[in-house]
Amino acid sequence: MSQISLASRQAAKPAAEIAVRTRDVSKNYGSVEALKKLSLDFPRGQLTSLLGPSGCGKTTLLKIIAGLIPPTSGEVEVNGKTVTGPGPDRAFVFQDFALLPWATVLRNVAFGLELRGVAQSEREDIAAKYIRDVGLAGFETSYPHQLSGGMRQRVGLARALSVDAEVLLMDEPFSAVDEQTRRKFQEDLLTLVANENKTFIFVTHSIEEAVYVSDQIAILLPRPSRVSEVIRPTGIREKGTENIRRDPEYLDTVDRIWASLRSYVE
Amino acid sequence: MKLFGHRLPDMSSLILWGLLWEIVGRLGVTFFIPPLSAVFVTLIEIIGTPAFLKALGETAYAFSVGVLAAVVIGVPTGIMMGKSRLLDELLLPWVNIFLSAPLTALVPVLMVLFGFGMKSIIITTALFAIWIIILNARAGVMQINRSLVEMARCFGASPLDAFAKVYFWAALPEILSGVRIGVIRAVKGVIIGQLLISIVGFGALFELYSANFLMTHFWAVLIVLFAMAFSISELLAYLERRVSYYAAKR
Ligand SMILES: Nc1ncnc2c1ncn2[C@@H]1O[C@H](COP(=O)(O)OP(=O)(O)OP(=O)(O)O)[C@@H](O)[C@H]1O
Ligand SMILES: [Mg+2]
Repeated sequence: MSQISLASRQAAKPAAEIAVRTRDVSKNYGSVEALKKLSLDFPRGQLTSLLGPSGCGKTTLLKIIAGLIPPTSGEVEVNGKTVTGPGPDRAFVFQDFALLPWATVLRNVAFGLELRGVAQSEREDIAAKYIRDVGLAGFETSYPHQLSGGMRQRVGLARALSVDAEVLLMDEPFSAVDEQTRRKFQEDLLTLVANENKTFIFVTHSIEEAVYVSDQIAILLPRPSRVSEVIRPTGIREKGTENIRRDPEYLDTVDRIWASLRSYVE
Repeated sequence: MKLFGHRLPDMSSLILWGLLWEIVGRLGVTFFIPPLSAVFVTLIEIIGTPAFLKALGETAYAFSVGVLAAVVIGVPTGIMMGKSRLLDELLLPWVNIFLSAPLTALVPVLMVLFGFGMKSIIITTALFAIWIIILNARAGVMQINRSLVEMARCFGASPLDAFAKVYFWAALPEILSGVRIGVIRAVKGVIIGQLLISIVGFGALFELYSANFLMTHFWAVLIVLFAMAFSISELLAYLERRVSYYAAKR
């Protein structure tokens, strides 16, 4: 990725409109309060990370935005319209991959398109392209049980990308890939955010990853979850992918987030 | 099984039992057990006769229609029970009762309701097979991974798509093993039907041969029946193995 594209992206951003907005979203599972009056805006064309301790409700929030589960109270808007169920404007990368075990990689990746009624040859062409993009070329006819965890995760990623949704909901999409692949994917993700006007909502456990890829980081408190802080690491991107990890602002931001999260770990 | 270090083909122990049968038959211990060789000679004699072919046709017809009905009704019912709490609570007690009930006792009722013909035999066959098919399809759906269902919804699956592209395949290993056990029970059902309702098909042959103490004939027909039931069950077991690559990894 060139530094120019990063810089221009940064410059074009300030007055971004809001693609997804959650308003006072609460979710109770029986007596368990997972989310409590959570309000957060997700600007269009940007990547927002949700960062927080395990079990704080990140997956729950993503599923509410996806329309898979209804909030107990509050509402979610996507492009100004209240969410009542799943829609083609949103695609999901599942934390546990959710692949069809009886289908090949090719069919799994094309499955979103298949459900949308895209003709077989067309959807397989599209799927093949994304399979190559995630580095699984040659595994088109393999079955999920023949792949490693990281490879399965990439199948789930390719499936979400291939439906070309406006909003991508990614639940720890890189958690099972190895460190090298993870770094490559982080860079690819930055390119993707820069080149396509998509809104990314990205769940991660890694502070470094969040700071590296995000335009905006929402730090969630443990249950019942609210947003404790929103951090926008602004000046980092101009440095270029090579230098970000050595940048003082990058390191400061990582430290700052760690400082606010560590009290919950102890 | 291994003998002197050589691997014997599957079921070679049958040869041993066949030999034992032959010996007992030749000793003439009881008229009930003629020598196995005599049974096979009779088998070859009767297998092309019109009476045998007619019995075979009648039995095969009742059996296949009954099994087909049990599968076509049982599989969707089981899948629906697995998906819907309400339906499950309504139907599960009945399925369990009928699964363990002595269905033979119901046959007279069926005769009153549906007459003394083929219809009652087919219904008896289906009744023997259907309950285990329903239960297995239900179990198959209930163990389905929640996130597969969410994935399908998320990518916009219609209820029909979800049924045909996710639920059915996810439950297929259980469905097939249910059908296999159902088919074995259906063999029982069709013969009981033919003996109790109207004396047709293999049931008629059994009746005829045993009433006239034609034991070699009796055993010959029984062997044909066992062989057929066994082949169908093996075919289904083969299909089950075809899907086992994902059965353990769902
Ligand atoms: N279906 C459910 N029924 C009951 N409780 C649930 C359910 N799903 C989630 N929870 C509870 O809600 C809380 C939030 O769960 P969630 O999966 O959203 O956490 P998370 O932030 O994604 O965690 P992780 O980082 O470990 O994936 C947890 O305490 C969990 O126990
Ligand atoms: Mg989670």
